[in-house]
Amino acid sequence: MFDKYIVCEEGFRVLDDGRTGGVVEVRMPYYRGLTLSMVEAVDLVLDGRPVPPSRTTFTVHGHTYRFDQLPHTTDDRWEMGERAQLAFETDEPLAPGEHEVAVTVRLRISYMPVPGGGRDSKRLTLAA
Amino acid sequence: MSAPAHQIKRGVSLYSFQEEYFLRTLSVEDCIRVAGEIGARGIEIIPEQMIPGFPHVSDEFVEDWFAWMERYGTTPVATDLFLDTKLHPDRWLTREEQVASICRDVDIAVRLGAGIVRAIINTPPEVMEEAAPYAEEQGVRLLLEVHAPFHYEHPWILEHLEVMHRTGSPALGLMPDMGTYVERFPRVVSERALRDGAEPELVDLIVKTYDDHGDTHALMDVVNYRGGGPADFGLARQATHYIWSEPKAMLEHMPLIGHIQAKFYEMTDDGVEYSIPYDRIVPVLVEGGFDGHLSSEYEGNRHIQDVHPVDSVEQVRRQHAMFARLLGETA
Repeated sequence: MFDKYIVCEEGFRVLDDGRTGGVVEVRMPYYRGLTLSMVEAVDLVLDGRPVPPSRTTFTVHGHTYRFDQLPHTTDDRWEMGERAQLAFETDEPLAPGEHEVAVTVRLRISYMPVPGGGRDSKRLTLAA
Repeated sequence: MSAPAHQIKRGVSLYSFQEEYFLRTLSVEDCIRVAGEIGARGIEIIPEQMIPGFPHVSDEFVEDWFAWMERYGTTPVATDLFLDTKLHPDRWLTREEQVASICRDVDIAVRLGAGIVRAIINTPPEVMEEAAPYAEEQGVRLLLEVHAPFHYEHPWILEHLEVMHRTGSPALGLMPDMGTYVERFPRVVSERALRDGAEPELVDLIVKTYDDHGDTHALMDVVNYRGGGPADFGLARQATHYIWSEPKAMLEHMPLIGHIQAKFYEMTDDGVEYSIPYDRIVPVLVEGGFDGHLSSEYEGNRHIQDVHPVDSVEQVRRQHAMFARLLGETA
């Protein structure tokens, strides 16, 4: 329902902690906030290559989680429309310029028999 | 022509403004302000949607909330609860935890001054029964949403009705969603499917089957036999999820009905809902002596956002102009 808004146009940048990789800002394609234990996946495909979840972290309002922590995180939420930071590591530094960023969000919605979520893909320009 | 005397009030679920709230072009305060301007004075809110930090609701939010009500001439009416039975990846929420979740949301309604809580359709009847005494004690009514594709003869609803009638709890009741009165297929939905690559012949088949109130059970299969793809399957599934039933069916249940979710997909330039015949629904509510709120629930944004800027405020405004007319407030 909000698939087209998953990948934010703004905020695509390189990691600033010395590691190689970057950050893409993402929103949840759903009409309410959700406890993080029900966020099953936020999968990133960068320039056609999947980035393993073990090389990504997820930050909401300043709280950073590994994806293997999310299933048991019941005291924090991804709020509706909130821009979360999906940080990812790469082997090589990100080249300047445009990149194809595809993100798939999978949510466990209790009243639905099938997984919720959605996917979005945008060409983003790396912030200088 | 004036409508017969009635006590029906107008309101809006802030869910209606989800597109603008998501994109942060309207704040919660903005939503309440426009509701007041439109004359939709009874406010319904989904706390999980618009109160960051949920289930914690800060004193500051509560203070702001009541200040906005005062400032914009609105009143808190209802909150909508969800029941996350699948909160944990490896186990179902226990019955005790489910009841605790409902009670937590009753407490939030009380803090926000709302006397009605929408219980989501997946709430089990036994959980409603166990939570009822607490809701009653708190002066809150727990109303089960009757949401498409459910209706009053469906076994799931019958189980709930059994609990309501057997316990006679004043805290339990129903909240019909007007998405159960979709008489013709919403064109915003079929037009979107076409833009998403659905086959025009299959879209015609789906829309015609629905509009004829034909058998939609096997639509997904037939669409598959005719070579449909994901956009066609999605549309066929939608056709099985909308329902049309006779609005007069509400009359029998009127003593239990405390609130109406006035779902809509498209208010046309002519000031009518394209799919849902409110001109035949409102008289039923008047006849039944319904005295709660007709609470707008706009849900068209998701079907048009790919090609049009969404203007939820204008859509709600149009729906209320229609309600004012049907309720005899205007000529």
